[in-house]
Amino acid sequence: MTDLTNLGVAAIRDGVAAGSFTAVEVAEAFNANVAAAQEALNAFIVTTPEAAITAAKAVDADRAAGKPLGKMAGVPIGMKDLFATQGVQTTAASHILEGFKPQYESTVSAKLWQAGAGMLGKLNLDQFAMGSSNETSYFGNVISPWRRNDGGNVALAPGGSSGGSSAAVAARLCPAATGTDTGGSIRQPAAFTGITGIKPTYGRCSRWGIVAFASSLDQAGPMARDVTDCAIMLEAMAGFDPKDSTSLDLPVPEWSANLSGDLRGKKVGIPREYRVDGLDADVAKSWDDGIAWLKDAGAEVIDISLPHTKYALPAYYIIAPAEASSNLARYDGVRYGLRDLPDGSGLQDMYAATRAAGFGAEVKRRIMIGTYVLSAGFYDAYYTQAQKVRTLIARDFVRAFELCDVILAPTTPTASFGLGEMVSDPLAMYLNDVFAVPASLAGLPAMSVPAGLNAQGLPLGLQIVGKPFDEQGVLNAGLAIEARAAFTARAERWW
Amino acid sequence: MLATIKAGELCRKARIPPFHAGLRALSADLMSTYTIQGATGDWEVVIGLEVHAQVTSKSKLFSGAATAFGAEPNSQVSLVDAAMPGMLPVPNRECIRQAVRTGMAIEAQINKWSRFDRKNYFYADLPQGYQISQLYHPIVGEGHIDIAPDDKNPDAVKRIGIERIHVEQDAGKLMHDQHPTMSYVDLNRSGVALMEIVSKPDMRSPAEAGAYVRKLRSILRYVGSCDGNMEEGSMRADVNVSVRKPGDEFGTRTETKNVNSVRFVMAVIEQEARRQVDLIEDGGKVVQETRLYDPDKNETRSMRSKEDAHDYRYFPDPDLLPLVLEDDFLADCRASLPELPDAKRHRYENALGLSSYAAGVLTAEVETARWFEALITEAAKTAGKSEADVAKQASNWLISELFGALNKLGKSLEDSPVTPAAGGELLALIANGTISGTIAKQVLELMLETGDSAGVIVEREGLKQESDTGAIEAVIAKVLTDNADKVEQYKGGKEALFGFFVGQTMKAMAGKGNPQVVNEMLRKALG
Repeated sequence: MTDLTNLGVAAIRDGVAAGSFTAVEVAEAFNANVAAAQEALNAFIVTTPEAAITAAKAVDADRAAGKPLGKMAGVPIGMKDLFATQGVQTTAASHILEGFKPQYESTVSAKLWQAGAGMLGKLNLDQFAMGSSNETSYFGNVISPWRRNDGGNVALAPGGSSGGSSAAVAARLCPAATGTDTGGSIRQPAAFTGITGIKPTYGRCSRWGIVAFASSLDQAGPMARDVTDCAIMLEAMAGFDPKDSTSLDLPVPEWSANLSGDLRGKKVGIPREYRVDGLDADVAKSWDDGIAWLKDAGAEVIDISLPHTKYALPAYYIIAPAEASSNLARYDGVRYGLRDLPDGSGLQDMYAATRAAGFGAEVKRRIMIGTYVLSAGFYDAYYTQAQKVRTLIARDFVRAFELCDVILAPTTPTASFGLGEMVSDPLAMYLNDVFAVPASLAGLPAMSVPAGLNAQGLPLGLQIVGKPFDEQGVLNAGLAIEARAAFTARAERWW
Repeated sequence: MLATIKAGELCRKARIPPFHAGLRALSADLMSTYTIQGATGDWEVVIGLEVHAQVTSKSKLFSGAATAFGAEPNSQVSLVDAAMPGMLPVPNRECIRQAVRTGMAIEAQINKWSRFDRKNYFYADLPQGYQISQLYHPIVGEGHIDIAPDDKNPDAVKRIGIERIHVEQDAGKLMHDQHPTMSYVDLNRSGVALMEIVSKPDMRSPAEAGAYVRKLRSILRYVGSCDGNMEEGSMRADVNVSVRKPGDEFGTRTETKNVNSVRFVMAVIEQEARRQVDLIEDGGKVVQETRLYDPDKNETRSMRSKEDAHDYRYFPDPDLLPLVLEDDFLADCRASLPELPDAKRHRYENALGLSSYAAGVLTAEVETARWFEALITEAAKTAGKSEADVAKQASNWLISELFGALNKLGKSLEDSPVTPAAGGELLALIANGTISGTIAKQVLELMLETGDSAGVIVEREGLKQESDTGAIEAVIAKVLTDNADKVEQYKGGKEALFGFFVGQTMKAMAGKGNPQVVNEMLRKALG
C-alpha cells in the first residue's frame, strides 16, 4: 500500500470519498508520523491523536451512510496554536497562556472541522506570532526538516511565525496546516520549507478566536504542499463572520474549481524596488526563473514601481507592535492564564510579576516598542507617520494594479538560516520579512510557492501578490509557477 | 425660538458672605451671577460637566451580554466582556441608535463618520487592558441645552453648549468587602454602553449646573436613551471647576470624578470653588488634578495630579471599522424622536393655555407629561369637549389635588391608584356640575382609598350636587332666619358677611349645594 502521508489534501479527500482508503487509516498514518518526529522537530505543542481519529471515524461513518462529505473530509491537519480550540490547550506558544483551555472554538477551526477535517495537534509557533525563526516559542523552537547539502547537521529555522506549520507539512506530519500571517508569517516559513502558503485578502478569514497579535494585519491562511490544496483549504476557512467587524461580507469563490495556469492576457508586474543591492544571487536567479515561467504561461511581464517599499518595514515595526502592546494587555493574571502573585504584593506587583514571567524577550521587546510609539509626545512622530506610510504603500499597489494583474517577487531575501545565527540581532531578523510586509500593510492576497533550491540545497520561494479579493489570480499564477518549477525536492528523513 | 440670556442680564445679583456657612445657606436660590467674595474681591466660577449616561439597551456596546441592574456578580459576562483571547467587539446597533437620537435631541451635529479608539490602562476592573471609547472622532458633535436655573422665573433661559457626545464601554466593579485581603471583580458592568456628554465651560453657578443636570436627565428620559437613575449609577458626572476674576482668562481647573446626584454636583462646585479661591488668595496655585467628593464630610480630596496622570496611549481600535451612518438610519432615528420637553412646554402654554409654571411642572418628567396628556384626552372625551377646553382644569387638579394626595400617601404618579381615565371621569363630573370642587376632593380621597370610579362613589355616597332651586331656597330661608342679626348687619353695609351665608348654606347642605346656584339665590334673598 502507498504511504498515505505522501498524499496531499485533494488526494486524501478524493481517496476517502472513492473508498481507496479510510479516513481512519489516513489519520493513523499521520498520527504515527507526528509521534515519530515530535522529539526531533518539536513541531507540535500538544498532539491530539484521538481528535484526529474521532473526526476520521465520523467521516467514514458519513461516507458509509451515503451522506455528503465536506471539502476537507478525511483530511487530518495541524492547527497553529494561535487558534482557540475548545477544550484543547491554546497557548500562542507563551508561558502566560500555558494550560489555558478555551471554552470556545475559533471560527476558522470550526469551519475546518465542519468541512470534515480532523486535528492532529496544536502546532508550535513564535510566541504570540512574533518572530521569523520560531525561536521565540516558550515551548522550544521547531527544527526545520531541511538540512544544508554540505553534509553537516546544523539545525535550521523553519521560518516563523508559522514554523510548526511549515515544518510539519514539509516533514509529512500533516498534509496541510493552518497558519496566520501578520507580516509574512505564512509566506516566509512556506518559502523556507519548500511548501505553499497563501495569506488571503485581509478580512477573508474571520479573526474570531485567533489570539490577536496585530489586529489590522492578522490574517489566517492555509499552508500545504501545493496550490490546489491551498485553494481547497482556503475555501473551507474563508467566509463572512458577523462576530468579526473586519470580516469581508463577500461570498467565498470556488477557487479550486476555477484554477487555471493559463496566464494568456494577464500582466505580471516586477517591482523594481525589490531588486535591492546585494540581493542573494540564488534568490535573484529564482526570481528570473519565475519571470520566465510566467512568460511561458502566456503572461506579459512588465516593470512596475512600488516607490514606498523601503518605508514598509519601519512602518510595520511601528504599527504591529503598537497594536500588540494593546492587544496583549489582557494577559494580566486576573482572569485566566499565568498569575504570579508574590507574597504580600498588590495589583501592580501582580501585573509586573505575571507579565515578566509570562512573556518572552521578543514579546516584551515589541510591547515596549509599541508602548513607546503610542505614548504622549511620540504618537504623531511614530504612529501617525507610520499610518501615513501605510496609506502610501497601499496607494503604490493601487497604482501598480492599474498596470498589472499580479506582482511577482521573491518571498524572502535569503533561504533558511541556522538556529541561533540571528537571535542576537533582531534587526537582521526583522529584515527577513522585508518582501512580505508591504502586502500585509496593504491587506492584499499574497502567496509563496516553491521555486527551487539554492546552492546549499535549501528551498526558495516566489511570492505572488494580487489585487484585493483576487485570490484566484494569485492562485492561478502560483499554479503556473508550480507546473514549471517542478519542485519535487523534499527534506530527507533524518529524524 | 428661545432667547439666549447672558448671565449678567438676569434679575438680581446675589452677594455671597465670606464664610462657608453663609455661602451654603444662600446657594439654593442663587441666580446666575453667582460670585464668591474673597479677600481680594469677587470671583467667578466656571463649570463644565462631563456626564456619563448609561445607554438603555438590552445588551452591551460590543457584546450580546445582558445589562440588567442588580444581577448576581459575573452572571452577565460574555467571552468578549471578559476579554478572552481572540475575542472581538461588534458594535451594538441599538446603542449607536440611542446615541444618535440623543444627539438629535440636543440639536447637535451628528457625525456620519466616527471611529472608536482604545484608551489603554491597566486595572483589575478593565479586562481588555483598554477601554473602547471615541477620542478623535466622536459620533456627536456640538449641540446645546437650554436651562432655566430659577424655578421662580422659568422664562429666564440660558443656553449651555455641548461640546460632544461619544460612546464608550463601562468598566467592571471591584468588590473590596468580600475577603479580608483580596478584592473581587464583578464584570457585569464591563462593556455596558455609556454616552459621555461633555458640556462647554458655560455654567457659572451651582444652580446652573444643577439645572443643567436635571434638564439633561429629563431629555435623556424623554428620548429613552438613558433611564437617568443616578442611585443605580446610570448617570454620573465629572465636575470641572475653575475660578477667575470676572473678565480674566479661565483659571486652572480641577475635575471631581463620579459625582452621582444633582445635590452633590452643586455641593462639589461650592466646595471646590471656595477651596480654590482660598488657595489662590493664600498665595497658592490650583493644580490641574483629579479629585474625589466625600459626601459625608462634604469636601473634595485630591486623587491624582496631572503629573501622575495615566498616559492612555489612545489609538484607533484596529478591531473595529469606522462607524458610518447611512441616511436611512439617521432618518429613522429622527422620526423616532418624541416631542421633547421644551417643545412640549411651549405647546402647553400656547395651545393649551397653561401658565409657564404649570407647563414647566408638567413637562419636567416624561411620565408626568404622559399622564397629563392621557388625562386631558379622557377628560375631553368624557365631557365631550376639546382638550384645550379641559386642559387648564386638568392641570390645576393634577398639580394641586392629585400630586398633594399622592404625596400624602408617599406614592409617585407612576404607581398612582387613580388612572388618567378615572381622573378624567372625575374632572368631567366637576365640569358638568354633578359635583362641586369641594366634594371632588372628598371623591378623590375615596377613589384613592377604594379604587372605585368617581361616578360609583358619587352615586353610592350620595354626593351629587344639589341644583334644585326649591331645595336650596328652603335651606337659605332657614339660614337667614337663624341668623337674623347677621342679616341686619349685612343689610347695614357689612357686605363681607356674604361669604358667611354661603358657608352656612353649604354646611347645611353637607357641601352638595351647587355653589353657583347658592350664590345667585343668596344674593336674591338678601336683596
